[in-house]
Amino acid sequence: MIRDVEVLVIGGGPAGLCAAQAAAGAGAHVLILERDDVPGGQLVKQTHKFFGSERQYAGDRGIFIGQMLVEEMTNHPNVEIMTDTTVLGIYEDGVVTALKDEQHLKFRPKKIIVATGAAEKFLTFPNNDLPGIYGAGAVQTLMNVGGVKPADKVIMVGAGNIGLIVSYQMLQAGVDVVCVVEAAPNIGGFLVHASKLRRAGVPICTGWTVKEAYGDGKLEGVVLCRLDEKWQPIEGTEIKVACDTLCLAVGLTPLAELCWQAGCHMEFIRELSGHVPVTDENLMTSVEGIYAAGDVSGIEEASSAMVEGRLAGYAVAVSLGYDVERAQKEVEAARAELVELRSGPMGGKIRAGLAKVAEKRGGASC
Amino acid sequence: MLIKDGIPTKEDLAAVLPSEERLAKGPVAITECFQNIACNPCVAACPQHAISMEPDINATPKVDPDKCIGCRLCVKACPGLAIFVVDMSRPEDKALVTIPFEFLPVPQKGQLVCGLNRAGEEQGWFKVTQAVSGGKKNMTWMLTLEVPKELAMEVRNIKVGGYRDGE
Repeated sequence: MIRDVEVLVIGGGPAGLCAAQAAAGAGAHVLILERDDVPGGQLVKQTHKFFGSERQYAGDRGIFIGQMLVEEMTNHPNVEIMTDTTVLGIYEDGVVTALKDEQHLKFRPKKIIVATGAAEKFLTFPNNDLPGIYGAGAVQTLMNVGGVKPADKVIMVGAGNIGLIVSYQMLQAGVDVVCVVEAAPNIGGFLVHASKLRRAGVPICTGWTVKEAYGDGKLEGVVLCRLDEKWQPIEGTEIKVACDTLCLAVGLTPLAELCWQAGCHMEFIRELSGHVPVTDENLMTSVEGIYAAGDVSGIEEASSAMVEGRLAGYAVAVSLGYDVERAQKEVEAARAELVELRSGPMGGKIRAGLAKVAEKRGGASC
Repeated sequence: MLIKDGIPTKEDLAAVLPSEERLAKGPVAITECFQNIACNPCVAACPQHAISMEPDINATPKVDPDKCIGCRLCVKACPGLAIFVVDMSRPEDKALVTIPFEFLPVPQKGQLVCGLNRAGEEQGWFKVTQAVSGGKKNMTWMLTLEVPKELAMEVRNIKVGGYRDGE
């Protein structure tokens, strides 16, 4: 049996929840499919206060923003959330298939908003398969969702926001954070996060990387080395550092498989951290009725993901004829918010990436 | 250098420190926020409208030292934990420094804590004169420490745990 759905949101993270909030708020009926057993996406483990402005709930902790959005969507008469549900494919006849409780489900949505987020990148070095080497996301889940202290003595690789934030959260959990190593010559994350760690006594070592890991059956330590300006290891700079855990926070890449499979026009955009669907100013992909919002269309902060979700949700409402005048105003407000969030020096990369997307599309940049 | 190791330089700090005259008058907020990021909760948090951000949300905050009364609401509001309040107005040789704090255990008023500077180096043991919770939702504590005046621009954190009962 194929179930008819008005708006299908794939992914119940910050972008998906805000898309549902917008579309349902305008009057559309929304079904959110979430792979995890709880909705909220990465918000469920973001114990730090968010940046941005009031409109993106700045100053609130991510976990509370997630709880608020989930509660609002759970109680919304126009919204249904199905958890433990993995979307398998989007087919050319518009049918979306999903797996839940060993059941193969089929949906026929009028509009689809893909908000599948991102996956962590990994790093290649000898013995990187030793137990004790984790992605930062896994460590954060163990710690902030599972309540498990993930390590006794950890080295963090990556001084982007995730590496800095997860290091700080490990300190809060009582873990000895030996250092943060960053291959780039400069700290990539917010400097206030870096300063917070540094004044807690954690050194941040820019221009360093992991050469190899060692240990008998489990991680016992790593060899770190300095890098030159061409990112090549400098011989003779190797130092052995003991640790039971190595945490990798070396970037994210969009989880865009469903967009590929749906036949969306895809492009590799380095500044957006991978292959992304080419979207228009309403965040619609090249396939009519399929939208993409959040990290799936380019890696950015959660605050931007929430605004993108809102933009896509209202754009869908407009196209379905719900509360058109107000929804259109909200679309424009969301666009203006994104421009503002991306207008600073930290937004340079995303602006360059979006300009390339616009070029590929042959239109103006969002 | 801040962008290499997370430690603001003297030059970075010089740009945000209030004048000695203003410091001597009473508590005032110091925003150790040096990077243009899209963030502005401190502006909304200030009941005196003493914090501004021009031309937009990507600018760094500017405190008007004449309007600021050192109420500390910005200390708990700042997502980057980058705002401190320093009070140099007391007649004796002690200053009061208020820092944001997000660790357990939280020291109690009257206890002695080991103060750390911006590089995490120990600066001595100082009395906690106030420990105020930011509330259930905010969850950032504001700790006020009594430090020698010459360390008022150095102490910016404390070592977690090992607190001693004050005399």
